[in-house]
Amino acid sequence: MRLNSVGQIALVAAAIAYLLGVYFASSPVWMGFTINALIVAVIALSWNITGGFGGLSSFGHAAMYGTGAYASAILQVKFGLNAWIGFGAGILAGATMGAFIGALAFRYGLRGSYFALVTLAFAEVLRICASSFEFTGGGSGLQLTLTPGIGNLQINDRTVVYTALLIVVAAVMALTALIKFSRFGAYLIAVRENEDAARALGIDTYKIKVQAMAISGAFGGLAGVLYLQLWLFIDSTVVYGSAVSVEALIGPIIGGAGTVWGPLLGTLGLHLLGEGAKHLLPNAPGLNFVLYAIVLICALRFLPQGLVGLAGRVGPFKKKENDNA
Amino acid sequence: MLEISGIRAGYGSMAVLQGIDMRVEAGEIVALLGSNGVGKTTLNNVISGFIRPSGGSISFKGVTITGKKPRDIVALGIAHVPEGRKIFPNLSVAENLKLGAFRRASGNAKQNFERICAIFPRLKERLGQLAGTLSGGEQQMLAIGRGMMSEPELLILDEPSLGLSPIMVEEMFGLITKINADGVAVLLVEQNVMQSLGVAKRAYVIEQGRFVMQGDAAGLLADPQLRQAYLGM
Amino acid sequence: MLEVRNLSKSFGGLKAVTDANLDVPEGSIVGLLGPNGAGKTTCFTMIAGFTKADVGTVRFRGQDITGLPPHRICELGMIRTFQIVQPFAGLTVQENIAVGAYLHHHDRRDAMSVAREVGKRLGMGAMLDRPASSLTIAGRKRLELARALATGAKLLLLDEVMAGLIPSEITEIVGIIRQIRDEGHTFLMIEHVMQAVMSLAETAYVLNQGKMIAHGPPRELVKDPSVVEAYLGHGAAARLQEGSHA
Repeated sequence: MRLNSVGQIALVAAAIAYLLGVYFASSPVWMGFTINALIVAVIALSWNITGGFGGLSSFGHAAMYGTGAYASAILQVKFGLNAWIGFGAGILAGATMGAFIGALAFRYGLRGSYFALVTLAFAEVLRICASSFEFTGGGSGLQLTLTPGIGNLQINDRTVVYTALLIVVAAVMALTALIKFSRFGAYLIAVRENEDAARALGIDTYKIKVQAMAISGAFGGLAGVLYLQLWLFIDSTVVYGSAVSVEALIGPIIGGAGTVWGPLLGTLGLHLLGEGAKHLLPNAPGLNFVLYAIVLICALRFLPQGLVGLAGRVGPFKKKENDNA
Repeated sequence: MLEISGIRAGYGSMAVLQGIDMRVEAGEIVALLGSNGVGKTTLNNVISGFIRPSGGSISFKGVTITGKKPRDIVALGIAHVPEGRKIFPNLSVAENLKLGAFRRASGNAKQNFERICAIFPRLKERLGQLAGTLSGGEQQMLAIGRGMMSEPELLILDEPSLGLSPIMVEEMFGLITKINADGVAVLLVEQNVMQSLGVAKRAYVIEQGRFVMQGDAAGLLADPQLRQAYLGM
Repeated sequence: MLEVRNLSKSFGGLKAVTDANLDVPEGSIVGLLGPNGAGKTTCFTMIAGFTKADVGTVRFRGQDITGLPPHRICELGMIRTFQIVQPFAGLTVQENIAVGAYLHHHDRRDAMSVAREVGKRLGMGAMLDRPASSLTIAGRKRLELARALATGAKLLLLDEVMAGLIPSEITEIVGIIRQIRDEGHTFLMIEHVMQAVMSLAETAYVLNQGKMIAHGPPRELVKDPSVVEAYLGHGAAARLQEGSHA
């Protein structure tokens, strides 16, 4: 990860300070709130792979999130399998769904708004199917039996959960950085910048895009499984609903799409803003969504490179040699 | 007729034009030469009102036009044919031409149309054809014809010979001479230095946002510095 | 190195290319000329795999590549550039070139160092860390060439690389192409800028309305009446004939 300016270092430091500070917070509310934000950060990181690096804005990332959650839930509830198996299966299911949607959408050359709408359609179809079939719990959703213990991936101790999530988010960010500085990442970015030129340089653009969707789907499925293990209950609206898809894209866009830190910074910033709004105006529930919308519009208009980009303009360092980190 | 003084302009924080003084007299062909990216198109965009200059002023027939909206500038008699033709590919040739006339509602639209068809026989042959299916040279003619529909007194042409075959380039320059003979002044922005100096009366050479050479065309063509820098001789 | 036989393509009722034949010997520079809409770019897109030919074959280094997808053809050593230069705007010059280098160099360090080396060879050493979007038009053309070379391509298909350049810039790019050719590469170029064609191409093919109407050394072509009629015009032809006698 390259931090190119004083501003960026300050921003990252602030985020880390906040995340560590939560351990010492006076009220447990902070930890709970941040735990939720971290799960959203994982799906934001997932969206960032295709939407940020690949320039493929999906409006239906819930499709992978929900599939991961449902896969794990079904295996545990209907087949009595262990939660850890469910965990792995959820990630795999998310990856498969991502690859499937990608394979179909890109086979027909869908880009831009068409791609966005198709992903939205998939998420919606899955949502309706999940609430219609007995197999997926129908309208009542799926409930995991409360069996605390690490063997069942149900942890009571909030602090342990928090730490585990921090590790997961850090791992996903590390993987994102690995991708960014790999051949695959360079190819994905090339496809985003100019697909025709990329094709002309020997890149199999179809394959790259589908692979990106698979990786994105894996991270999305991971987020879904994390949600499941934390709340022990899912239904179609909660995991396939559009709120998930919106949360997936809003964090990266505001934080800085196509960067490693952007999704986390954007998600944390937004959630903190939402909390702040709730405290300032306690009599206006749902106000935080209005705020999200305003912030999103402003970010899209004035900060195309997100917070990371903005911070990058504060005290930039000039690198003499091209950094091979 | 067109007086430009002290124009400074750019995009965001990037300054492109660094103080431009030039003029175009009625009925003249003036060439603006220089490589791509040095400010020629920016200057055209400033004249036509697409970009606000950060300094300086432009007047046309005694009226200050800096800061005016593009449609008002067209109404005063300046037509801008942009780089890359930019015709409407899904409309027919006739429809493209008619769109050029909307502003100068002088009631002469039909006569103008006939006149343009007379100047551009190739377009006349293809009035019903979809503009997107025309060849590059024909599209360029269509773009110029559309510009002419507003009865301009000054026609600004931005790289009309770009991407055209040699025979079409010749036809293009012939057309420019013909249009000029009808009394229309032409500001010709080009990379084709040789042929531009062949039709123009005067020329300006721009580098890095300012003029480095100017004068009458014949003199510039003979200038050894120009020949070396621009004609590679 | 490249053998094209009976290549044809129709779009709906429009015959874009009919029965095109051409040969590009290894180490040569061959021109593809013709009026706009004559089918030159369609030929290119068929040869490079972006469009499927209706009829005909393309053989590259003895191998039949007809119908292969573009990325496979790139792996085999043929790269095309575009009429409108297309840098990857958000990346630096070096990163742009590296995208090409990654084709045969999977490691990032390798790819970046190949990119640096190719960039320097094409005179872009000082600009490697600048954003590609800050380059001039002539610079972008160099970048396009560097990117193509970094893939290790042996045959480069250039689509109107000289468009939009003033004569002195044309001379500059002509020099670079010659240098690259001398280093062991081959070129097939679509070109309108006769200055470049005359200086570079050993042979040229002229397309008009989808059919090949002439081929041979440029010096001969400028005297060919059908070429003059369809493509050059008398003025240009006279100037070029004069030039070639000088």
